[in-house]
Amino acid sequence: MEQNPSLDSQVRQKVVQLTKFYQQDKTQLLAMLREIQSEFRMIPGPAIDYLAEELDIPRIQVEGTASFYHFFSSKNRGRYTVYMNTSATSEMAGAAAVMLAFEKAAGIKFGQTSENQQIGLFTTSCIGMCDQEPAALINDFVFTHLTPARVEEIVKVIKENGSLQSLIKSGEGKNSSALVSAEVKNNIRFKGPVFFTDYAPGEALKVAMESGSLEVIEAIRKSGLRGRGGAGFPTGQKWGSCRATDAESRYVICNVDEGEPGTFKDRVLLTERPELIFEGMIIAGYAIEAKQGIVYLRSEYSYLKKYLEQVLEGLRSQNLLGRRILKSRFSFDIQIKLGAGAYICGEESALIESAEGKRGQPRNRPPFPVVSGYLHQPTIVNNPETFGCAAKIILKGSDWFKKMGTSASSGVKLLSISGDCEKPGIYEVQWGHTVREILGFCGATEVLAVQVGGPSGNFLSEKEFDRKICYSDLSTGGAFTIFSKKRDLFSIIHNHMEFFTKETCGFCVPCRAGNTLLLKQLEKVMIGNGTALDLKKIEELGLLVKKASRCGLGQSSPNPLLTSLKNFPEIYQRVVRQDVDYMSQFNMEFATSDSAKVANRKPNLEIGD
Amino acid sequence: MSKTKLIVATTSLAGCFGCHMSLLDIDERILELVEVVEFNRSPIDDFKEFTKECDLGLVEGGCCNAENVRVLREFREHCKILVAVGQCAITGGLPAMRNGISMKELLEEAYFNGVTVGNKMIPNDEEIPAILDRVYPCHEIVKIDAFLPGCAPRADLIWEVLNRIIEGKSLDNLTYKNFKYD
Ligand SMILES: Cc1cc2nc3c(=O)[nH]c(=O)nc-3n(C[C@H](O)[C@H](O)[C@H](O)COP(=O)(O)O)c2cc1C
Ligand code: SF4
Ligand code: FES
Repeated sequence: MEQNPSLDSQVRQKVVQLTKFYQQDKTQLLAMLREIQSEFRMIPGPAIDYLAEELDIPRIQVEGTASFYHFFSSKNRGRYTVYMNTSATSEMAGAAAVMLAFEKAAGIKFGQTSENQQIGLFTTSCIGMCDQEPAALINDFVFTHLTPARVEEIVKVIKENGSLQSLIKSGEGKNSSALVSAEVKNNIRFKGPVFFTDYAPGEALKVAMESGSLEVIEAIRKSGLRGRGGAGFPTGQKWGSCRATDAESRYVICNVDEGEPGTFKDRVLLTERPELIFEGMIIAGYAIEAKQGIVYLRSEYSYLKKYLEQVLEGLRSQNLLGRRILKSRFSFDIQIKLGAGAYICGEESALIESAEGKRGQPRNRPPFPVVSGYLHQPTIVNNPETFGCAAKIILKGSDWFKKMGTSASSGVKLLSISGDCEKPGIYEVQWGHTVREILGFCGATEVLAVQVGGPSGNFLSEKEFDRKICYSDLSTGGAFTIFSKKRDLFSIIHNHMEFFTKETCGFCVPCRAGNTLLLKQLEKVMIGNGTALDLKKIEELGLLVKKASRCGLGQSSPNPLLTSLKNFPEIYQRVVRQDVDYMSQFNMEFATSDSAKVANRKPNLEIGD
Repeated sequence: MSKTKLIVATTSLAGCFGCHMSLLDIDERILELVEVVEFNRSPIDDFKEFTKECDLGLVEGGCCNAENVRVLREFREHCKILVAVGQCAITGGLPAMRNGISMKELLEEAYFNGVTVGNKMIPNDEEIPAILDRVYPCHEIVKIDAFLPGCAPRADLIWEVLNRIIEGKSLDNLTYKNFKYD
């Protein structure tokens, strides 16, 4: 391919500058690619060659990384790149009209970049703003509560090469601070004893360092704390087994990938309580004898990066982070690494691969990260909420924590509530509330379905609203999405299945091909061409995908279909054909029209008869 | 006492005849086969048309042209049990590698740009079956009762299916080792 020589030399210069700045550190490949994408609005082909050369890694590894993430592109995405959020809640809040307004104002369709490369319109599946949709990212600026009128205004500024910052409305809480200045709301509805109370950084760390590292792990174990990221693994056990390894270095990773559509509590935690989360990480570092921590921050939250770095600097200046913490012999520091758009990078081993600068593909497990994680050293990966709970447990005691919640699910949970209710937002509640109680808290009426745990969780119908939010019943990372009776459940199920077909990492066939087949089968049913046989096939294939997939994504991706088939059989029965036992969607005229045109002939549909 | 024989039809659509080869790969059991099976429309006895209703149809290959579709529909009409044999029948298989490439590009590659092409033209005689927009797996065209995985499925698997049908047993839970490949 011909390359513009001046572009080529600019790319070369940029790569040399970047690799020098990052000291040829391969694990910073994502950061370098992010800067290249941001400057050239694409990853130009030669950038891949130069990066491979300068970092001394195979070209295919650089290309593999560059082609894996949503926010990297081999084609120009425009000086201003719009990423419209197309999650189900965004669609419910009117994304379609907003998208139309973008297309009209920009004069291009979604998926395209304007000819003068001023603006590109693209979609993305979740930006963590489900309680303030329709929302979009434009060059890393968050825009919430979009309306067609506002879109016109935005595109006008873009066409004049204006400043996006000037369009940003003031946000809530720390969102309005100078370093964040994002028009994002926190919507904290229920404040509880763990997260949104008075808090002074350093107190918990002092208690931890006075008691000793094994005692810290014991306290966490006794508190009954389990992971808040969704899987619910006992935190004390995780820390204990990492600490028990024989290794030179260990790592603490905070998982802020928060990619499950419908969760946004980590965003609010990182905005309002970053010190508490970081303190939990430092305590974990002390407990497992690690020296380094990494915050893996999803690209969608990159607007928080400068602010979080300042918070880290503040902790360093208070001697709570960095060398010789609290004048002890314990040194621990934290760096922030940004993702580049990939839901799978929330899966801990994929996250580790991504943090190492590679494609976000899950590893085979075992070995688990506690034995072989970041750079193949023992690593704990935890959700920010887990770290926050841990810090509070150390400060207030295991018993204080254990007294809250239920016997098997101790403490509190942050719920991210969105969809059809009066008060979407963050709710700090004790474990054990029923779905019905929570619907009462947030003012939801005329509810058709609740999805607990996001697309990979469960679709519940009225009959199950007395089930409880806790590890032994409805275990969840916190997403609680409400769909009222005026919603078409099919379009939501379709949205979620589409999400998985886009987010599969593609490594294993059941997940890569299976989800696409499931989506097609669903589409067949939705347009009225389905039969009982199709429903049976969906169920069989769904179970197969769950059973044969390699990681949690594929193991839960058929859930929107399977749980709605179970809990809402009537919607399927309403649309499937009862008069026939098999329906083909094959259309001879359509299927032969292309080849007939190319060969310049009539298809002769009756051939041979 | 003479048993009534199982009447079987077979065909290769967009396949390579590998599955038929596999059917013939049953060694000495082929003598037994003659005792229990009567072939009707099949390349094995070169019957070009159905002359009676069949108990079983074995279909190799998916559908890449209009003729394949016609034959497959005919099989569905005349066979009580219709089985998709092999990867191509089940998923489209190797021929389906063209799916996703535009028809223009495909035909030009085959009839203009290919290294061995002499007389450059895209054949357009109406006698030639029209090519479909993509290669379709059989179950998207007609109802298929059972699927035999493999490329090609083992002779033992095909043999097992024939025997089960003769004995009137269900085709669920076929013997795992007969379709385990590694
Ligand atoms: C597809 C997939 C996505 C995930 N996304 C997240 C996520 O965004 N945040 C998170 O904390 N955990 C996520 N997890 C769970 C993590 O793998 C891991 O269990 C968790 O970070 C451990 O932290 P915890 O024990 O504190 O919950 C995801 C898992 C899978 C399979
Ligand atoms: S289950 Fe899906 S996301 Fe997970 S490894 Fe397989 S292809 Fe990748
Ligand atoms: S012809 Fe049998 S699998 Fe391809």
